[in-house]
Amino acid sequence: MIECKVDYLKRIIEDVLKVHGNHRSSLLPVLIAVNDKIGFISDMALVEISKQMDIPIAEIHGVMSFYSFLNKKKKGKYVIRICRSLSCEFKGKNRIKNVIMRELGIGVGETTDDGLFTLEETNCIGMCDRSPAMLINDRPYYNLTPERAIEILESYRGGKII
Amino acid sequence: MIEKKVLLNKLDRGEAILRAVKMGSEKIVSLIKDSELRGRGGAGFPTGIKWERVLNQSEKERYLICNADEGEPGTFKDRILLEEYTEKMIEGMIIGQIAIGAKKSFIYLRQEYKFLAEKIKNTIEEYKKLFGDKVDFQIDLRFGAGAYVCGEEFALIESLNGFRGEPRNKPPFPTEKGFKNKPTVVNNVETLCNIPHIVLNGASWFKKFGVKGCYGTKLFSVAGDVEKPGIYEVEMGIPLIELLEHVGGVDSKAVQVGGYAGTTVVPEDYYKTLCFGDLPPGGSIIVIGKNRDMGKVLENILEFFLEESCGQCTPCREGNYRLLEGLRLLRDGKASIKYLKTLFTLCDVMKISAKCGLGQSSPNSFLAIMKNFKDEILYNER
Ligand SMILES: Cc1cc2nc3c(=O)[nH]c(=O)nc-3n(C[C@H](O)[C@H](O)[C@H](O)COP(=O)(O)O)c2cc1C
Ligand code: SF4
Repeated sequence: MIECKVDYLKRIIEDVLKVHGNHRSSLLPVLIAVNDKIGFISDMALVEISKQMDIPIAEIHGVMSFYSFLNKKKKGKYVIRICRSLSCEFKGKNRIKNVIMRELGIGVGETTDDGLFTLEETNCIGMCDRSPAMLINDRPYYNLTPERAIEILESYRGGKII
Repeated sequence: MIEKKVLLNKLDRGEAILRAVKMGSEKIVSLIKDSELRGRGGAGFPTGIKWERVLNQSEKERYLICNADEGEPGTFKDRILLEEYTEKMIEGMIIGQIAIGAKKSFIYLRQEYKFLAEKIKNTIEEYKKLFGDKVDFQIDLRFGAGAYVCGEEFALIESLNGFRGEPRNKPPFPTEKGFKNKPTVVNNVETLCNIPHIVLNGASWFKKFGVKGCYGTKLFSVAGDVEKPGIYEVEMGIPLIELLEHVGGVDSKAVQVGGYAGTTVVPEDYYKTLCFGDLPPGGSIIVIGKNRDMGKVLENILEFFLEESCGQCTPCREGNYRLLEGLRLLRDGKASIKYLKTLFTLCDVMKISAKCGLGQSSPNSFLAIMKNFKDEILYNER
């Protein structure tokens, strides 16, 4: 697990501001970077961003809460997002969801005890020609079958991601 | 053969850019105007006119934004362009910057497509190396964070500005007050991919494809209960039935055309054409098979809108909630059949009073499905 030490946080924020400049329009890139690197946007991160960018915390909170990919709470190391739009639903998305729930022992919106996986449903991820599909963090998986889904989960558990 | 190959054909790198440099702003803008190219992001606004409006602004700090937020369910045509024809989008953006006199542009890529970022960044670098000394351009890649409404141009601009992605009232339009309150052009990926082709081949070549008022070829993402899902490039204005025959989707119960914000088309209407003014040519075609439960289909659609509404205005925030609730009550026999009439009125109210396209278009499918499949949903044996 990554420690969200203040120095580490500061560096993440500074790195983004170096590339995009320290102005309001860099807020989303900063939030996304913190979210990607630490897994969520902690209170400490809010304070740091507020200090460095001179934006009130409440304001940052308002922005952050708007975007569904920005996490307020710590999630699993791997966030599984199953597509729930029509094409995926037609092609058996519920079977995939059920098998993942069974294998991980969690429901939608929950995180495994070992902190490895969080399961979510999401709207169309643009893989409709290869339904059913899901994302694990940034990586898309498609033409899923229940067996394939289990294989993928195992590969994440074993640290050799397929 | 109904498939055409323009966008899905290769492009000789850089030729269009060199030609555009020679042409200069005015000539490019008038060429795009002559071609009558209309935006491929859904609304179909004439691209040349949009560019001209920015070109004519007295403010010299201007921006171009490529809308790669592709969030409309069932749409994945921009994904193919971003992945396999990245250079066309980049060329379209560079030419766009020359045309409107912008020094900087952005690609707003949806987070779900982050896996394409590497390819896009590399392509930008390649073009920087090849043309950096000939054209003064800059392209920044930015990401969305999982909000469908950020595909709406003002929401997108707000998001880029570092705020909640909430649409605002128009006017002023982005062409007057956009990114950082400066004149801004927002164009869809596919719109921009058309640009180098038009610059190379001319307006009259472009107008050989399509129908009057709606020229060019168009990408359609076909999915659902269909034999051959995938991306198809066809001329604007072809009848839906022709496309369905080609992909093996004729034998169906209905087709969701133009995504969830589009409409639900029943077989009697398959003869209608895919073009602005008829069936929405946004690019999403979801075929709904004979055995599908239309109540469930509508439920899926309404859940989407309820979740993705930014909640800013009441007709949309509350309206979508009531439509979904109403569908469930009616389906489960817990509301009087007369309630449907009230809901239809609500749909009309939403269409005229919602602030942005999301709330204005979410009633479309409710109306279409409830009118065409009323018996199935209301008078079931459950
Ligand atoms: C709710 C909503 C979502 C939208 N999503 C997108 C999108 O994902 N991509 C896109 O290009 N346009 C989208 N649009 C349309 C844009 O507002 C805008 O019209 C378009 O990007 C302009 O580009 P064009 O003229 O090249 O089509 C959306 C509109 C609304 C109302
Ligand atoms: S119509 Fe819906 S999405 Fe659009 S501004 Fe209103 S609440 Fe937000």
